[in-house]
Amino acid sequence: MKFQQATKTDLVNLKFIRGLSLQRLIPYLYIIPAGVFFTAFVLWPLFQTMNLSLFEWTGIIGAPVTFVGLNNYVSILSEAYTWMALSHTLVFILTFSIIPVCLGLTFAALFSREKIVGLVFFRTVIFLPQVIASVVIGVAWRWVYQDLGTLNQVLSVLGISEGRAWLGDFEWALVAVGLIGSWVMTGLTMVLFLSGVGRIDSDLYDAVKIDGGGAFREFFSVTLPGLRPELIVAMTITLIAALRSFDLVFVTTKGGPGKETIVPGTEIYRLAFRENYLGEAASMAMILALIILALVRTISFLLRERQ
Amino acid sequence: MKAQKEKMQRSRSLTNGGFFRRLAIYGFLGIASGIVLTPFVTLLNVSVQSPDSTATNLSWPENFYWQNFVTAWTKGDFPLPMLMLNSLIVASVVVPTTVLVSVLAGYAFGTLRFRGDKFLFFIFMIGLIMPFEATIVPLYYQLRSMGLINNLVGVMLPQVGLFCAFGIFWLRQFFKAMPPSLIEAAKVDGAGTFRILRSVLLPISWPPILTLATLVFIWSWNEFLLALVVLDRETRTAPSGLASFSGQWTTDIPALSAAAILVALPTVILYVALNRKIIAGILQGAVKG
Repeated sequence: MKFQQATKTDLVNLKFIRGLSLQRLIPYLYIIPAGVFFTAFVLWPLFQTMNLSLFEWTGIIGAPVTFVGLNNYVSILSEAYTWMALSHTLVFILTFSIIPVCLGLTFAALFSREKIVGLVFFRTVIFLPQVIASVVIGVAWRWVYQDLGTLNQVLSVLGISEGRAWLGDFEWALVAVGLIGSWVMTGLTMVLFLSGVGRIDSDLYDAVKIDGGGAFREFFSVTLPGLRPELIVAMTITLIAALRSFDLVFVTTKGGPGKETIVPGTEIYRLAFRENYLGEAASMAMILALIILALVRTISFLLRERQ
Repeated sequence: MKAQKEKMQRSRSLTNGGFFRRLAIYGFLGIASGIVLTPFVTLLNVSVQSPDSTATNLSWPENFYWQNFVTAWTKGDFPLPMLMLNSLIVASVVVPTTVLVSVLAGYAFGTLRFRGDKFLFFIFMIGLIMPFEATIVPLYYQLRSMGLINNLVGVMLPQVGLFCAFGIFWLRQFFKAMPPSLIEAAKVDGAGTFRILRSVLLPISWPPILTLATLVFIWSWNEFLLALVVLDRETRTAPSGLASFSGQWTTDIPALSAAAILVALPTVILYVALNRKIIAGILQGAVKG
C-alpha cells in the first residue's frame, strides 16, 4: 500500500516534471537557430578578440602563440598612431554626431507644427545617403573634393579661387572626410526629429503661447524634452557611425595623406591584415568596443527619464 | 479691451512669423536637399563625360558618353557583372536566412515567457551596436580554420549572425504588439506554439517581414569590411570589389563613376520604391540605447 502510493506520486511527479520541462524548453528551440549564428559569428569572435588581445601571434599557421598579458595594450597605448587615430575619432564625433544632431534640432525647432507641402519628397532626398554603399559615396565625394572638383567650382563661383585637392591636403583631409559624415548623418537626424516633433502634443505648444513664451521657451520647454527618445536614438546611431568610420576612410583617403585621417578601424585593419600584429590589432578592437559600449551607456544614462 | 488688443497683436505677429518661418523652412529644406544631391549629381555628370576627361565637377558635358556604362559593365579587367552577381548571391542567402531565424526568435521573445528571456534578449542586442571592426580579427582566422576564406559562404554566415540582432529586435516589437486575445483564442482551440506562429501570426506579419527583408538586403549589399577581408579581388562583392579596383582605374574616371552608379542602383531602386518603410525601419532600428 505504502509502496504503491509512493510509486504513484513519483509517477505523477515524473510526468509533471517531464511535461513541464518539455513545455519550458520549447521557447528555447525557437531561439536556437538565431542563437547559433549570433554566438558563432558575433559573440564568440567578440570573446576571442578579448582573448587574442592578451597574446602575441602573427596568424601564420603553426606560428607560436605567446601569452603576453596586457603588453599589447601597453604597446598600443604608447604608440603615437593610436592617439592620432583616437583624436581623429574626436573630430569625427563632432562632424558625424554633434553637427548633425544640432542641425536636426535647429530644423525641428523651426519646424514644430508647420505643415509642409512636399515633405515626403524632401524627406526621401535628405535620407538618401543612408542607403548608398560607402564606396559609392566615397567615389562621389572624391570627385567633389578634387582640384578640378565640384567644391572648388562652387567656391570659384563665390569668388574664392582655390586649387586645393582637399583629400590630399595635410591640413584639410580630416575635416573633409569628417564633413562627408555630416552629410551622411544629417538627413537621418532631420528625419528622426521631424517624426518626433509630429508626435508632441500640440496643446503643449498652445500652453507656451498662452503663457506668452517665445520661440526659445517653446524649444527648451516643449520641443527638446519631447524629443528625448529621438535624441537618444540620434546620438546612439551617429556616435556609433563616428566610431565605425572604417568604410568611409578606406574608400576616400585610406588614412592618408601620411597618417592624417587614420581612425581606430583603419589601424585595426593595418595591424591585423597588413603587418600581422594580431594581438595588438585585437587590443585596438577591444578599445574600440569598450568605447562604443561606454558611449552607448553614457547616452542612455544622461538622457534617461528623470522622475 | 486691452487684452483683446494684445491678443490681436500676438495673432498678427504669429502670421507674420508664419510667413518667415515658412520661408526659413523651405530655404533650409532646399539647401539641405541641394547639398545632399550635389555629390550624386557630380557623379552622374562625370559618368557621361568623354573618357579622357579629368574634370570631376558640374560642368555640362559637350557630348553625353552613355557608352561609359557599357565600358564599365564589359571592360575585361574590371569584372563588374561578376562582382554584382556575387553580391546578389550573398544577399539571396543572407536575406531569407536572417528573416527565418529572426521570425522564430522574435516570436519567442515577443509572445512566450521563459526563464532568462530578458537576459538573452539583452545579449542579442549587443549585435545592434557592435560593428565588424570589433570582431573582424578573430573572425577572419575563425573563417580560415573553417575553410571559408575566399568563399562567399564566409561572408554570408557572419552577416546572418550580425543582422539577425536587428531582425529579432524588429520582429519582437511587432509580435509583442499583437492582441493577446488572438493568441489566447488559438490556444483554447488547442493550437501549439508553432501552429499559432504559422497560421495565426505569420499571415498578418508580412508587412514588417518585408521591411526587414528590404533592410537586410541593403545592408548585405553594402557591407564592406568583411567582404574586403574575407574575399579575394576577383570574387569580391560589388562594393568591396569596386574599392579595390578603383585605385587602378583612376585613368578612366567616367567609367569608374558609371560603375559606382551601377553598384548603387539596386539599393536606390529599392529605396525609391519602399522609402517610407525603409526610413521607418532604420529609424526604429537603434531605438534600443
